[in-house]
Amino acid sequence: MRDIHEHSAGEDLVIKTSVRLLVPFIQLFGLYVIVHGHYSPGGGFQGGVILGASFILLALAYDLKTSQDYMPIWANALLGNLGPVIYIGVGALCAIFGGLFLDYSALDVLIPLGPVEWRSFGIFLVEVGVGLAVMSIMLLLYWNLSSGGALDEGL
Amino acid sequence: MTILSILTMILVLAGLFFFLAGTVGILRLPDFYSRLHAAGKCDSLAAVLMIAGLAIYNLDPFSFGSLLVSAKLMLIAGFVFVTSPTATHAITEAALVLGVKPWQRKGRKRP
Repeated sequence: MRDIHEHSAGEDLVIKTSVRLLVPFIQLFGLYVIVHGHYSPGGGFQGGVILGASFILLALAYDLKTSQDYMPIWANALLGNLGPVIYIGVGALCAIFGGLFLDYSALDVLIPLGPVEWRSFGIFLVEVGVGLAVMSIMLLLYWNLSSGGALDEGL
Repeated sequence: MTILSILTMILVLAGLFFFLAGTVGILRLPDFYSRLHAAGKCDSLAAVLMIAGLAIYNLDPFSFGSLLVSAKLMLIAGFVFVTSPTATHAITEAALVLGVKPWQRKGRKRP
């Protein structure tokens, strides 16, 4: 294969500029998909994939270091562990306050909103946990696969 | 027949025309770059025209909800209008870097 930079114009201004313009809107849309998950198409998994894809887009258009400036490795690990903790924590709280595991209406004794409101709100809490876990695990998979596990340089 | 449905028809038919032109271009043009030229330009314009037509069609029983849905459709159109040329640019540059030769007539010297 020929030298990859023989014809290249160096840093690609078009791709970098459009990625820099688009990434905030992609992340906003990811949050929208997570928040609207219980009464429109979408949900935690889909919104998490969109959020993770925005960081992967940064890593593709710039490099791995730039995406790690916006989402440091420690923050990624923290969010990836916080997601399952939120999920299991909400479920276990329901069991502690007298319902079944993930039976959100049991949380009515904690904050009295009404059982129907709590079923809707509890799904939202669980979706946030799912979204955080999916986002950070997807980003971590990309970092590991593209840099051979070193997490420093890649595509 | 209201003015909105006439406008919808014009926009959707224009979008279909550009999709047709892009498809003919992909099938008939000789090499990678010119095919990508046809696909990238025609598809991004046609997608924006058709989405604008759908957004206007959606406005017909006018309410705040339908206005919101139309605004979301126009956001999708703006997104396509930015991303589609960028993707075409990235694919073209990758092909150029990997050394895909542009087509030329037989017997003509490369300048």
